[in-house]
Amino acid sequence: MKVDKELIEKTASLARLKLTDKEINKFLPQLKEILEYFSELDKIDAKDVKPSFQPVELKNFTREDKPEECLAQDKALENSEHKKDGYFKGPRAV
Amino acid sequence: MDVKKIIEEIKKIDKEYHYFNVISEELALGQAKELKVEPKGRLNGMVVSVKDCICVEGVESRAGSKILSGYKPVFDATVIEKIKKEGAVIAGKTSQDEFGFGGFSVNMGLGFQIPLNPFDKERACGGSSGGSAGISQKASFPHVSLAESTGGSIVNPASFCGVVGLCPTYGRVSRYGLIDYANSLDKIGPMGKNVKDVALMLEVIAGFDKNESTTINAPVDRYTDFVGKEVKGMKIGVIKEAFEGIDKEVKEKVKDGISVLEKNGAKTEEISLPLTNKYGIACYYLIAMSESSTNLAKYCGMRYGAHEKLDGNFNEYFSKVRSANFGEEAKRRIILGTFARMAGYRDAYYIKAMQVRTKIIEEYKKAFKKFDALVSPTMPIVAPKFSEIEKLTPLQNYMMDILTVGPNLAGLPHITVPVKKDKMPIGLMLIGDHLEEKKIIQIGSVLE
Repeated sequence: MKVDKELIEKTASLARLKLTDKEINKFLPQLKEILEYFSELDKIDAKDVKPSFQPVELKNFTREDKPEECLAQDKALENSEHKKDGYFKGPRAV
Repeated sequence: MDVKKIIEEIKKIDKEYHYFNVISEELALGQAKELKVEPKGRLNGMVVSVKDCICVEGVESRAGSKILSGYKPVFDATVIEKIKKEGAVIAGKTSQDEFGFGGFSVNMGLGFQIPLNPFDKERACGGSSGGSAGISQKASFPHVSLAESTGGSIVNPASFCGVVGLCPTYGRVSRYGLIDYANSLDKIGPMGKNVKDVALMLEVIAGFDKNESTTINAPVDRYTDFVGKEVKGMKIGVIKEAFEGIDKEVKEKVKDGISVLEKNGAKTEEISLPLTNKYGIACYYLIAMSESSTNLAKYCGMRYGAHEKLDGNFNEYFSKVRSANFGEEAKRRIILGTFARMAGYRDAYYIKAMQVRTKIIEEYKKAFKKFDALVSPTMPIVAPKFSEIEKLTPLQNYMMDILTVGPNLAGLPHITVPVKKDKMPIGLMLIGDHLEEKKIIQIGSVLE
């Protein structure tokens, strides 16, 4: 795999980040070094091993499907500057 | 207890050492006033500090990031609700690496100050719960801090600042109201001046929470009953690899600590954890970064935190807010985590790391068939100087977590207890099996 400016820019854009040239130049050798180190894991044979998405086995639990008291609308909006008529206001979609 | 005086002391310490992002004076004085009229609970009047990533209602909670500027939670995290009920007085939000992304509390969010080691201002506090450790050491009053660990962020700074820190079993303490870093790794835990205070705090905050689907529904032990209990006959595994290539003084002091345990009748034997030692760091960082890049997707300047003028389309606006408000390490981790989950790379990195994690958990589980606890140094070095940290590449930075990522990956409880208390302090780490906090508390208290 080739870690270059293009790959970093593509990944950054997927993550909704715009990096400056200065940032990219700084990150490039660092990310190369880190990804190379991550590839160490290739040495382990784990083909049939179950992945552990949690460190402890957990059971799903559910509650009764009844409405419960929840955060009031005005409270939910309290921390936003961008709101209108009881809704969040976002940037235009296209 | 004169809370007003304590707040004055905290302000004075903070001015010199930068342990707080917010000092919640008004809240603390209000609570103190109420407690005077009606004392309550197991923590009555105890002044507690809280890592910035834990939500306290009405107090700016930023997880050390500029992107959460101005965010005042409209609810308390479950742990905060619990300590308030028991009479704790909340002094403020402690400084940390942005979102917990660091081991030295130098990866601060934009505009935040680096906390300085209580023993030497040219050295780091450790991280990411640096402020919590610093204030726990410096406070002249009884004090416990609520900290948080993803890959070692409780025991690392506690060890560098000479205090006790305990990271519980994954799921033992509710994370409802925690500003998350990596969901399958985050744990909230206490830090304090002695094992007893830390055990008491754990007793208060542990337990099932209907608001948090990953909490474990098992009874909470009376941890304080295990403080000072004799350890005769307990079996402790000494992790072989953890003593290789580390600072000489760290090795000596931790070995001295192990001798103390032996003199008290504990049986020790060497144990090897080759897989954890060799692959722990890569496995941990892949998982942590993958999860954190997902978690950080929610910060986009709309519902809370930093806002900008609404212009451009969704992508332009979100990119603008995120690029201007995340710090450097956050950006680095977002990129690496996004990459590890990208189509074509996901199986090789993200899934593979989760599989390796299974093998690491198995390695520990095998060890706990034989031992009550495992022991190692907490950190391979004493708190480094800022001038030394500056020279490290990000990867060299990550390598410092070699001893702490293992128990964090496996969700195992671990505690650090100082075995050298003066300049520069050194911590000994005990790791227990899942839900066996009581055993590491018991063994750890013997070292005091």
